[in-house]
Amino acid sequence: MSFVSVRDVFQSYGNRPILERVNLDVAEGEFISIVGASGCGKSTFLRMLLAEEQPTRGAITIDGGAPAVEPGLERGVVFQKYSVFPHLTVRQNIVAGEGFQTASGRLRGAKRREALDRADAMLDRIGLNHVADQYPASLSGGMQQRLAIGQALTAKPRILLLDEPFGALDPGTRLSMHQFLTELRAETKMTVFMVTHDLEEGFKLGDRVLVFDKPRWDPHDPGAFGATITYDFDARDRGIPFQRILDLYPSLARAS
Amino acid sequence: MRLINRSPARPLAVALAAAPFVAVAIAYAIGSEIRLAANPADKLLPAPATILDTAIRLFTEPDRRSGEILLWRDTAASLLRLLGGVGIAALTSLILGMLIGLLPYARRGLSGFVAVLSMVPPLALLPILFIVFGLGETAKIVLIVIGITPFMTRDLSQRVLDIPHEQIVKAQTLGASTWVIAARVALPQILPRLIANVRLSLGSAWLFLIAAEAVASDVGLGYRIFLVRRYLAMDVILTYVIWITLLAFLIDWALRLLTRKAFPWMEAGL
Repeated sequence: MSFVSVRDVFQSYGNRPILERVNLDVAEGEFISIVGASGCGKSTFLRMLLAEEQPTRGAITIDGGAPAVEPGLERGVVFQKYSVFPHLTVRQNIVAGEGFQTASGRLRGAKRREALDRADAMLDRIGLNHVADQYPASLSGGMQQRLAIGQALTAKPRILLLDEPFGALDPGTRLSMHQFLTELRAETKMTVFMVTHDLEEGFKLGDRVLVFDKPRWDPHDPGAFGATITYDFDARDRGIPFQRILDLYPSLARAS
Repeated sequence: MRLINRSPARPLAVALAAAPFVAVAIAYAIGSEIRLAANPADKLLPAPATILDTAIRLFTEPDRRSGEILLWRDTAASLLRLLGGVGIAALTSLILGMLIGLLPYARRGLSGFVAVLSMVPPLALLPILFIVFGLGETAKIVLIVIGITPFMTRDLSQRVLDIPHEQIVKAQTLGASTWVIAARVALPQILPRLIANVRLSLGSAWLFLIAAEAVASDVGLGYRIFLVRRYLAMDVILTYVIWITLLAFLIDWALRLLTRKAFPWMEAGL
Protein backbone atom coordinates (compact mmCIF):
# COMPACT_ATOMS: atom_id res chain seq x y z
CA MET A 1 0.00 0.00 0.00
CA SER A 2 2.66 2.51 0.92
CA PHE A 3 4.77 3.85 -1.93
CA VAL A 4 7.53 5.56 0.03
CA SER A 5 8.24 3.87 3.31
CA VAL A 6 10.49 5.22 6.04
CA ARG A 7 11.25 2.68 8.76
CA ASP A 8 12.88 3.51 12.11
CA VAL A 9 15.27 6.03 10.64
CA PHE A 10 17.94 7.55 12.87
CA GLN A 11 20.53 10.06 11.76
CA SER A 12 23.41 11.52 13.74
CA TYR A 13 26.49 13.53 12.83
CA GLY A 14 29.29 12.27 15.04
CA ASN A 15 27.79 12.07 18.54
CA ARG A 16 25.07 14.59 17.81
CA PRO A 17 21.69 13.01 17.07
CA ILE A 18 19.67 14.89 14.44
CA LEU A 19 16.73 12.61 13.80
CA GLU A 20 15.46 9.72 15.84
CA ARG A 21 12.92 6.99 15.17
CA VAL A 22 11.28 8.53 12.10
CA ASN A 23 8.51 6.37 10.62
CA LEU A 24 6.44 7.37 7.63
CA ASP A 25 4.26 5.82 4.97
CA VAL A 26 3.35 7.80 1.89
CA ALA A 27 0.92 6.66 -0.78
CA GLU A 28 1.65 7.26 -4.46
CA GLY A 29 0.55 10.70 -5.63
CA GLU A 30 0.48 12.32 -2.20
CA PHE A 31 1.88 15.80 -1.67
CA ILE A 32 3.78 15.95 1.63
CA SER A 33 4.70 19.32 3.12
CA ILE A 34 7.45 19.24 5.73
CA VAL A 35 7.63 22.13 8.19
CA GLY A 36 9.50 22.81 11.40
CA ALA A 37 11.85 25.24 13.11
CA SER A 38 15.36 25.86 11.78
CA GLY A 39 17.77 23.08 12.69
CA CYS A 40 15.00 20.55 13.40
CA GLY A 41 16.35 18.14 10.81
CA LYS A 42 13.82 18.61 8.04
CA SER A 43 16.51 19.37 5.48
CA THR A 44 18.48 16.38 6.75
CA PHE A 45 15.38 14.25 6.23
CA LEU A 46 15.07 15.55 2.65
CA ARG A 47 18.74 14.78 1.98
CA MET A 48 18.10 11.23 3.18
CA LEU A 49 15.04 10.92 0.95
CA LEU A 50 17.32 12.09 -1.84
CA ALA A 51 19.87 9.41 -0.83
CA GLU A 52 22.53 12.11 -0.63
CA GLU A 53 23.01 10.91 2.96
CA GLN A 54 22.54 7.44 4.39
CA PRO A 55 20.67 7.07 7.71
CA THR A 56 22.79 5.68 10.57
CA ARG A 57 19.94 3.25 11.31
CA GLY A 58 16.79 2.27 9.49
CA ALA A 59 15.93 2.40 5.80
CA ILE A 60 14.02 4.44 3.26
CA THR A 61 12.55 2.56 0.31
CA ILE A 62 10.55 3.55 -2.74
CA ASP A 63 7.96 1.07 -4.03
CA GLY A 64 9.57 -1.78 -2.07
CA GLY A 65 12.94 -1.41 -3.80
CA ALA A 66 16.36 -1.57 -2.16
CA PRO A 67 17.46 1.53 -0.19
CA ALA A 68 19.44 3.83 -2.49
CA VAL A 69 23.10 4.61 -1.77
CA GLU A 70 23.38 7.69 -4.03
CA PRO A 71 21.00 10.10 -5.79
CA GLY A 72 19.61 8.69 -9.01
CA LEU A 73 16.86 8.80 -11.61
CA GLU A 74 14.14 7.70 -9.17
CA ARG A 75 14.36 11.01 -7.34
CA GLY A 76 13.96 14.44 -8.85
CA VAL A 77 15.00 17.50 -6.92
CA VAL A 78 14.63 21.28 -6.96
CA PHE A 79 16.67 23.34 -4.53
CA GLN A 80 16.15 26.92 -3.46
CA LYS A 81 19.09 27.98 -5.65
CA TYR A 82 21.59 26.54 -8.14
CA SER A 83 19.14 23.96 -9.49
CA VAL A 84 19.79 24.69 -13.18
CA PHE A 85 23.04 24.63 -15.13
CA PRO A 86 24.21 28.20 -15.85
CA HIS A 87 26.27 27.24 -18.91
CA LEU A 88 23.33 25.67 -20.77
CA THR A 89 20.50 27.57 -22.45
CA VAL A 90 16.96 27.10 -21.16
CA ARG A 91 16.19 24.52 -23.87
CA GLN A 92 19.50 22.71 -23.33
CA ASN A 93 18.72 22.55 -19.61
CA ILE A 94 15.48 20.72 -20.36
CA VAL A 95 17.16 18.38 -22.88
CA ALA A 96 19.80 17.62 -20.24
CA GLY A 97 16.99 15.93 -18.29
CA GLU A 98 17.11 13.20 -20.93
CA GLY A 99 20.62 13.55 -22.34
CA PHE A 100 22.53 13.19 -19.07
CA GLN A 101 21.31 9.59 -18.76
CA THR A 102 23.31 8.50 -21.82
CA ALA A 103 26.91 7.33 -21.64
CA SER A 104 28.28 10.43 -23.36
CA GLY A 105 25.81 12.86 -21.80
CA ARG A 106 24.59 13.96 -25.25
CA LEU A 107 21.81 12.83 -27.55
CA ARG A 108 22.44 12.51 -31.27
CA GLY A 109 20.45 12.28 -34.49
CA ALA A 110 16.79 11.29 -34.34
CA LYS A 111 16.79 10.88 -30.56
CA ARG A 112 18.07 14.43 -30.19
CA ARG A 113 15.35 15.81 -32.46
CA GLU A 114 12.65 13.93 -30.53
CA ALA A 115 14.09 15.18 -27.23
CA LEU A 116 14.09 18.75 -28.61
CA ASP A 117 10.42 18.38 -29.56
CA ARG A 118 9.58 17.10 -26.10
CA ALA A 119 11.65 19.90 -24.60
CA ASP A 120 9.65 22.46 -26.56
CA ALA A 121 6.42 20.87 -25.33
CA MET A 122 7.72 21.06 -21.76
CA LEU A 123 8.80 24.69 -22.26
CA ASP A 124 5.32 25.42 -23.51
CA ARG A 125 3.84 23.83 -20.40
CA ILE A 126 6.07 25.75 -17.99
CA GLY A 127 5.62 28.94 -20.01
CA LEU A 128 9.24 29.49 -20.95
CA ASN A 129 9.23 28.98 -24.72
CA HIS A 130 9.82 32.68 -25.35
CA VAL A 131 13.20 32.49 -23.57
CA ALA A 132 14.27 29.06 -24.84
CA ASP A 133 17.61 30.28 -26.20
CA GLN A 134 18.57 32.46 -23.25
CA TYR A 135 20.84 31.49 -20.39
CA PRO A 136 19.37 30.96 -16.90
CA ALA A 137 21.23 33.95 -15.44
CA SER A 138 19.04 36.28 -17.53
CA LEU A 139 15.80 34.77 -16.15
CA SER A 140 13.90 35.95 -13.08
CA GLY A 141 13.91 33.84 -9.92
CA GLY A 142 10.44 32.43 -10.58
CA MET A 143 11.32 31.49 -14.17
CA GLN A 144 14.50 29.77 -12.99
CA GLN A 145 12.51 27.69 -10.51
CA ARG A 146 9.92 26.79 -13.17
CA LEU A 147 12.82 25.71 -15.39
CA ALA A 148 14.29 23.64 -12.55
CA ILE A 149 10.95 21.88 -11.99
CA GLY A 150 10.53 21.27 -15.73
CA GLN A 151 14.05 19.88 -15.95
CA ALA A 152 13.46 17.55 -13.00
CA LEU A 153 10.17 16.30 -14.49
CA THR A 154 11.81 15.64 -17.89
CA ALA A 155 13.86 12.86 -16.28
CA LYS A 156 10.55 11.25 -15.12
CA PRO A 157 11.37 10.67 -11.44
CA ARG A 158 9.22 8.49 -9.14
CA ILE A 159 9.22 11.15 -6.42
CA LEU A 160 9.90 14.87 -6.60
CA LEU A 161 11.75 16.57 -3.74
CA LEU A 162 11.49 20.33 -3.27
CA ASP A 163 13.83 22.02 -0.80
CA GLU A 164 12.28 25.42 -0.05
CA PRO A 165 11.73 25.91 -3.78
CA PHE A 166 9.97 29.27 -3.46
CA GLY A 167 11.94 30.60 -0.48
CA ALA A 168 13.82 33.22 -2.51
CA LEU A 169 10.83 34.50 -4.50
CA ASP A 170 8.71 37.58 -3.92
CA PRO A 171 5.13 37.04 -2.63
CA GLY A 172 3.43 37.61 -6.01
CA THR A 173 5.71 35.26 -7.90
CA ARG A 174 5.26 32.76 -5.09
CA LEU A 175 1.50 32.74 -5.54
CA SER A 176 1.78 32.16 -9.28
CA MET A 177 4.27 29.36 -8.60
CA HIS A 178 1.71 27.73 -6.26
CA GLN A 179 -0.81 27.87 -9.09
CA PHE A 180 1.74 26.41 -11.50
CA LEU A 181 2.69 23.59 -9.15
CA THR A 182 -0.95 22.73 -8.39
CA GLU A 183 -1.77 22.48 -12.11
CA LEU A 184 1.34 20.45 -12.83
CA ARG A 185 0.45 18.05 -10.03
CA ALA A 186 -3.07 17.58 -11.29
CA GLU A 187 -1.57 16.56 -14.65
CA THR A 188 1.26 14.32 -13.50
CA LYS A 189 -0.05 12.80 -10.22
CA MET A 190 3.51 13.00 -8.94
CA THR A 191 4.48 12.09 -5.38
CA VAL A 192 6.01 15.25 -3.93
CA PHE A 193 7.91 16.10 -0.77
CA MET A 194 8.32 19.79 -0.09
CA VAL A 195 10.34 21.35 2.75
CA THR A 196 9.12 24.86 3.49
CA HIS A 197 9.40 27.61 6.08
CA ASP A 198 6.06 29.06 5.04
CA LEU A 199 3.28 27.33 7.03
CA GLU A 200 0.54 28.78 4.84
CA GLU A 201 2.24 27.44 1.73
CA GLY A 202 2.65 24.03 3.38
CA PHE A 203 -1.05 23.75 4.26
CA LYS A 204 -2.21 25.20 0.95
CA LEU A 205 -0.26 22.82 -1.28
CA GLY A 206 0.13 19.70 0.84
CA ASP A 207 -2.16 16.71 1.26
CA ARG A 208 -0.37 16.08 4.51
CA VAL A 209 1.73 18.41 6.61
CA LEU A 210 4.50 16.82 8.66
CA VAL A 211 5.90 18.77 11.59
CA PHE A 212 9.44 17.97 12.69
CA ASP A 213 10.28 18.75 16.31
CA LYS A 214 12.16 17.38 19.29
CA PRO A 215 9.87 15.29 21.50
CA ARG A 216 12.44 15.34 24.31
CA TRP A 217 14.36 18.40 25.38
CA ASP A 218 17.27 18.62 27.82
CA PRO A 219 17.65 22.28 28.89
CA HIS A 220 21.27 21.64 29.98
CA ASP A 221 22.19 20.08 26.65
CA PRO A 222 19.90 21.19 23.82
CA GLY A 223 21.74 18.96 21.35
CA ALA A 224 21.22 15.78 23.36
CA PHE A 225 18.15 14.49 21.52
CA GLY A 226 17.15 14.38 17.90
CA ALA A 227 13.92 15.43 16.23
CA THR A 228 11.18 13.30 14.77
CA ILE A 229 7.76 13.71 13.15
CA THR A 230 5.64 15.07 16.00
CA TYR A 231 2.52 15.85 14.01
CA ASP A 232 1.08 14.40 10.82
CA PHE A 233 -1.75 16.63 9.75
CA ASP A 234 -4.31 15.75 7.10
CA ALA A 235 -4.57 18.94 5.08
CA ARG A 236 -6.98 17.69 2.42
CA ASP A 237 -10.44 19.23 2.19
CA ARG A 238 -9.15 22.47 3.70
CA GLY A 239 -7.89 20.61 6.75
CA ILE A 240 -11.33 19.47 7.92
CA PRO A 241 -11.13 15.71 8.55
CA PHE A 242 -13.76 13.06 7.86
CA GLN A 243 -15.28 15.03 4.95
CA ARG A 244 -15.15 11.96 2.74
CA ILE A 245 -15.78 9.28 5.31
CA LEU A 246 -18.98 8.28 3.53
CA ASP A 247 -16.96 7.56 0.36
CA LEU A 248 -14.78 5.22 2.38
CA TYR A 249 -17.67 3.45 4.13
CA PRO A 250 -20.61 3.20 1.68
CA SER A 251 -22.60 1.23 4.28
CA LEU A 252 -22.79 4.31 6.48
CA ALA A 253 -24.12 6.35 3.58
CA ARG A 254 -26.91 3.84 3.09
CA ALA A 255 -27.77 3.91 6.78
CA SER A 256 -28.23 7.65 6.73
CA MET B 1 30.79 64.70 -3.08
CA ARG B 2 33.12 62.03 -1.76
CA LEU B 3 36.17 61.07 -3.82
CA ILE B 4 34.99 57.46 -4.03
CA ASN B 5 31.81 58.61 -5.78
CA ARG B 6 33.50 60.76 -8.42
CA SER B 7 34.40 59.22 -11.77
CA PRO B 8 35.89 60.95 -14.79
CA ALA B 9 33.97 61.60 -18.02
CA ARG B 10 35.03 59.81 -21.19
CA PRO B 11 37.66 62.26 -22.62
CA LEU B 12 39.25 62.75 -19.22
CA ALA B 13 39.28 58.98 -18.64
CA VAL B 14 41.22 58.44 -21.86
CA ALA B 15 43.64 61.22 -20.97
CA LEU B 16 44.17 59.74 -17.49
CA ALA B 17 44.84 56.29 -18.96
CA ALA B 18 47.43 57.77 -21.36
CA ALA B 19 49.07 60.03 -18.76
CA PRO B 20 51.43 57.47 -17.13
CA PHE B 21 52.69 56.31 -20.54
CA VAL B 22 53.32 59.86 -21.64
CA ALA B 23 55.00 60.70 -18.32
CA VAL B 24 57.42 57.78 -18.62
CA ALA B 25 58.21 58.69 -22.26
CA ILE B 26 58.87 62.33 -21.33
CA ALA B 27 60.99 61.38 -18.31
CA TYR B 28 63.06 59.08 -20.52
CA ALA B 29 63.46 61.70 -23.24
CA ILE B 30 64.63 64.31 -20.73
CA GLY B 31 67.08 61.90 -19.07
CA SER B 32 68.43 60.83 -22.43
CA GLU B 33 68.78 64.48 -23.53
CA ILE B 34 70.75 65.40 -20.42
CA ARG B 35 73.17 62.47 -20.73
CA LEU B 36 73.68 62.92 -24.47
CA ALA B 37 74.35 66.63 -24.00
CA ALA B 38 77.18 65.76 -21.60
CA ASN B 39 78.55 62.92 -23.73
CA PRO B 40 77.26 62.35 -27.31
CA ALA B 41 78.71 58.80 -27.27
CA ASP B 42 76.70 57.81 -24.16
CA LYS B 43 75.21 54.32 -24.52
CA LEU B 44 73.10 54.11 -21.37
CA LEU B 45 70.06 56.14 -22.44
CA PRO B 46 69.97 56.26 -26.26
CA ALA B 47 67.77 58.95 -27.80
CA PRO B 48 64.21 57.82 -28.75
CA ALA B 49 65.09 58.47 -32.40
CA THR B 50 68.06 56.10 -32.10
CA ILE B 51 65.83 53.40 -30.63
CA LEU B 52 63.38 53.84 -33.49
CA ASP B 53 66.20 53.52 -36.06
CA THR B 54 67.47 50.40 -34.30
CA ALA B 55 63.97 48.93 -34.14
CA ILE B 56 63.44 49.43 -37.87
CA ARG B 57 66.85 47.87 -38.55
CA LEU B 58 66.13 44.89 -36.28
CA PHE B 59 62.71 44.22 -37.78
CA THR B 60 63.73 44.53 -41.46
CA GLU B 61 67.45 43.96 -42.06
CA PRO B 62 68.75 40.40 -42.21
CA ASP B 63 71.80 39.35 -40.24
CA ARG B 64 74.96 39.72 -42.37
CA ARG B 65 76.34 36.31 -41.45
CA SER B 66 73.25 34.07 -41.54
CA GLY B 67 71.07 36.13 -43.91
CA GLU B 68 68.08 35.79 -41.57
CA ILE B 69 66.26 38.53 -39.71
CA LEU B 70 67.28 37.63 -36.17
CA LEU B 71 64.40 39.32 -34.37
CA TRP B 72 61.78 37.24 -36.16
CA ARG B 73 63.80 34.06 -35.60
CA ASP B 74 64.10 34.91 -31.91
CA THR B 75 60.39 35.66 -31.71
CA ALA B 76 59.40 32.39 -33.37
CA ALA B 77 61.69 30.33 -31.15
CA SER B 78 60.55 32.04 -27.95
CA LEU B 79 56.84 31.92 -28.77
CA LEU B 80 57.10 28.22 -29.64
CA ARG B 81 58.70 27.51 -26.26
CA LEU B 82 56.24 29.73 -24.43
CA LEU B 83 53.11 28.33 -26.06
CA GLY B 84 54.42 24.77 -25.78
CA GLY B 85 55.10 25.18 -22.07
CA VAL B 86 51.88 27.03 -21.30
CA GLY B 87 49.84 24.59 -23.42
CA ILE B 88 51.24 21.52 -21.68
CA ALA B 89 50.79 23.21 -18.28
CA ALA B 90 47.18 24.16 -19.07
CA LEU B 91 46.26 20.65 -20.17
CA THR B 92 48.00 19.01 -17.20
CA SER B 93 46.47 21.37 -14.67
CA LEU B 94 43.02 20.95 -16.23
CA ILE B 95 43.16 17.16 -15.93
CA LEU B 96 44.67 17.21 -12.43
CA GLY B 97 42.32 19.95 -11.25
CA MET B 98 39.25 18.05 -12.45
CA LEU B 99 40.46 14.83 -10.81
CA ILE B 100 41.22 16.54 -7.49
CA GLY B 101 38.02 18.56 -7.54
CA LEU B 102 35.64 15.74 -8.42
CA LEU B 103 37.07 12.52 -7.00
CA PRO B 104 37.64 12.25 -3.23
CA TYR B 105 40.23 9.50 -3.80
CA ALA B 106 42.29 11.70 -6.14
CA ARG B 107 41.85 14.62 -3.72
CA ARG B 108 43.27 12.64 -0.80
CA GLY B 109 46.09 11.32 -2.95
CA LEU B 110 47.17 14.40 -4.88
CA SER B 111 46.17 17.69 -3.27
CA GLY B 112 48.85 17.60 -0.55
CA PHE B 113 51.49 16.65 -3.09
CA VAL B 114 50.51 19.47 -5.44
CA ALA B 115 50.48 21.94 -2.53
CA VAL B 116 54.04 20.99 -1.56
CA LEU B 117 55.17 20.96 -5.20
CA SER B 118 53.93 24.51 -5.70
CA MET B 119 56.31 25.65 -2.93
CA VAL B 120 59.43 24.47 -4.79
CA PRO B 121 61.11 27.50 -6.41
CA PRO B 122 61.23 26.54 -10.10
CA LEU B 123 64.36 28.54 -10.93
CA ALA B 124 66.26 26.56 -8.31
CA LEU B 125 65.44 23.47 -10.36
CA LEU B 126 66.83 24.99 -13.58
CA PRO B 127 70.34 23.49 -13.19
CA ILE B 128 68.78 20.07 -12.59
CA LEU B 129 66.67 20.46 -15.72
CA PHE B 130 69.72 21.40 -17.80
CA ILE B 131 71.62 18.40 -16.44
CA VAL B 132 68.73 15.99 -17.01
CA PHE B 133 67.29 17.28 -20.29
CA GLY B 134 70.37 18.85 -21.83
CA LEU B 135 70.58 22.37 -23.16
CA GLY B 136 67.92 21.94 -25.89
CA GLU B 137 64.28 22.96 -26.04
CA THR B 138 63.05 20.35 -23.55
CA ALA B 139 64.64 21.93 -20.49
CA LYS B 140 63.17 25.35 -21.26
CA ILE B 141 59.66 24.04 -21.86
CA VAL B 142 59.84 21.83 -18.76
CA LEU B 143 60.88 24.84 -16.67
CA ILE B 144 57.77 26.73 -17.77
CA VAL B 145 55.58 23.68 -17.11
CA ILE B 146 57.05 23.09 -13.65
CA GLY B 147 56.83 26.78 -12.86
CA ILE B 148 53.14 27.34 -13.57
CA THR B 149 51.38 23.96 -13.40
CA PRO B 150 51.15 23.58 -9.60
CA PHE B 151 49.41 26.87 -8.89
CA MET B 152 47.10 26.49 -11.89
CA THR B 153 46.20 23.02 -10.63
CA ARG B 154 45.48 24.31 -7.15
CA ASP B 155 43.26 27.07 -8.46
CA LEU B 156 41.36 24.87 -10.91
CA SER B 157 40.70 22.13 -8.35
CA GLN B 158 39.36 24.78 -5.98
CA ARG B 159 37.10 26.11 -8.75
CA VAL B 160 35.71 22.62 -9.34
CA LEU B 161 35.04 22.34 -5.60
CA ASP B 162 33.33 25.75 -5.72
CA ILE B 163 30.70 24.52 -8.17
CA PRO B 164 27.53 24.48 -6.02
CA HIS B 165 26.92 21.01 -4.61
CA GLU B 166 23.27 21.39 -5.62
CA GLN B 167 24.27 21.25 -9.28
CA ILE B 168 26.23 18.04 -8.81
CA VAL B 169 23.31 16.44 -6.92
CA LYS B 170 20.86 17.66 -9.55
CA ALA B 171 22.97 16.10 -12.32
CA GLN B 172 22.95 12.81 -10.42
CA THR B 173 19.16 12.86 -10.15
CA LEU B 174 19.06 13.33 -13.94
CA GLY B 175 20.98 10.06 -14.20
CA ALA B 176 24.41 11.47 -15.05
CA SER B 177 27.44 9.24 -14.53
CA THR B 178 30.71 10.54 -13.05
CA TRP B 179 32.04 10.96 -16.59
CA VAL B 180 28.99 12.93 -17.73
CA ILE B 181 29.17 15.17 -14.66
CA ALA B 182 32.85 15.82 -15.41
CA ALA B 183 32.33 16.46 -19.12
CA ARG B 184 28.99 18.28 -19.16
CA VAL B 185 28.73 20.00 -15.77
CA ALA B 186 32.22 20.65 -14.39
CA LEU B 187 34.35 21.08 -17.54
CA PRO B 188 32.29 23.77 -19.30
CA GLN B 189 32.12 25.77 -16.09
CA ILE B 190 35.86 25.78 -15.38
CA LEU B 191 37.10 26.33 -18.95
CA PRO B 192 36.70 30.12 -18.60
CA ARG B 193 38.66 29.87 -15.37
CA LEU B 194 41.36 27.90 -17.18
CA ILE B 195 41.76 30.72 -19.68
CA ALA B 196 41.84 33.27 -16.87
CA ASN B 197 44.56 31.14 -15.26
CA VAL B 198 46.56 31.06 -18.46
CA ARG B 199 46.32 34.85 -18.63
CA LEU B 200 47.57 35.18 -15.06
CA SER B 201 50.38 32.67 -15.51
CA LEU B 202 51.71 34.17 -18.75
CA GLY B 203 53.71 36.68 -16.71
CA SER B 204 55.53 33.92 -14.81
CA ALA B 205 55.86 31.91 -18.02
CA TRP B 206 57.73 34.78 -19.71
CA LEU B 207 59.93 35.10 -16.62
CA PHE B 208 60.88 31.42 -16.69
CA LEU B 209 61.37 31.50 -20.45
CA ILE B 210 63.72 34.46 -20.43
CA ALA B 211 65.62 33.07 -17.43
CA ALA B 212 66.13 29.74 -19.21
CA GLU B 213 67.14 31.44 -22.46
CA ALA B 214 69.55 33.72 -20.67
CA VAL B 215 71.41 30.80 -19.11
CA ALA B 216 71.79 28.50 -22.10
CA SER B 217 70.47 29.02 -25.60
CA ASP B 218 71.50 30.03 -29.09
CA VAL B 219 68.28 31.69 -30.20
CA GLY B 220 65.38 33.45 -28.50
CA LEU B 221 64.32 36.84 -27.24
CA GLY B 222 65.84 36.36 -23.78
CA TYR B 223 69.05 35.00 -25.26
CA ARG B 224 69.44 38.07 -27.52
CA ILE B 225 68.90 40.52 -24.68
CA PHE B 226 71.54 38.87 -22.53
CA LEU B 227 73.91 38.59 -25.52
CA VAL B 228 73.84 42.27 -26.50
CA ARG B 229 74.09 43.26 -22.84
CA ARG B 230 77.84 42.58 -23.21
CA TYR B 231 78.08 45.41 -25.75
CA LEU B 232 75.91 47.75 -23.69
CA ALA B 233 73.56 47.89 -26.68
CA MET B 234 70.74 49.57 -24.80
CA ASP B 235 68.89 50.46 -28.02
CA VAL B 236 68.62 46.75 -28.93
CA ILE B 237 67.65 45.72 -25.39
CA LEU B 238 64.96 48.37 -25.15
CA THR B 239 63.53 47.40 -28.56
CA TYR B 240 63.34 43.77 -27.44
CA VAL B 241 61.75 44.69 -24.11
CA ILE B 242 59.08 46.79 -25.83
CA TRP B 243 58.50 44.00 -28.36
CA ILE B 244 58.10 41.36 -25.61
CA THR B 245 55.69 43.62 -23.73
CA LEU B 246 53.66 44.10 -26.90
CA LEU B 247 53.55 40.33 -27.55
CA ALA B 248 52.46 39.63 -23.98
CA PHE B 249 49.76 42.29 -24.24
CA LEU B 250 48.47 40.90 -27.55
CA ILE B 251 48.28 37.33 -26.21
CA ASP B 252 46.44 38.55 -23.13
CA TRP B 253 44.01 40.58 -25.26
CA ALA B 254 43.37 37.60 -27.58
CA LEU B 255 42.60 35.35 -24.61
CA ARG B 256 40.23 37.90 -23.14
CA LEU B 257 38.43 38.14 -26.47
CA LEU B 258 38.26 34.33 -26.63
CA THR B 259 36.63 34.17 -23.18
CA ARG B 260 33.99 36.66 -24.20
CA LYS B 261 33.21 34.90 -27.49
CA ALA B 262 33.37 31.32 -26.26
CA PHE B 263 31.44 31.64 -23.00
CA PRO B 264 28.41 33.85 -23.61
CA TRP B 265 26.63 32.41 -20.56
CA MET B 266 29.11 34.09 -18.23
CA GLU B 267 27.81 37.51 -19.19
CA ALA B 268 24.16 36.53 -19.42
CA GLY B 269 23.45 37.96 -16.00
CA LEU B 270 24.86 41.40 -16.79
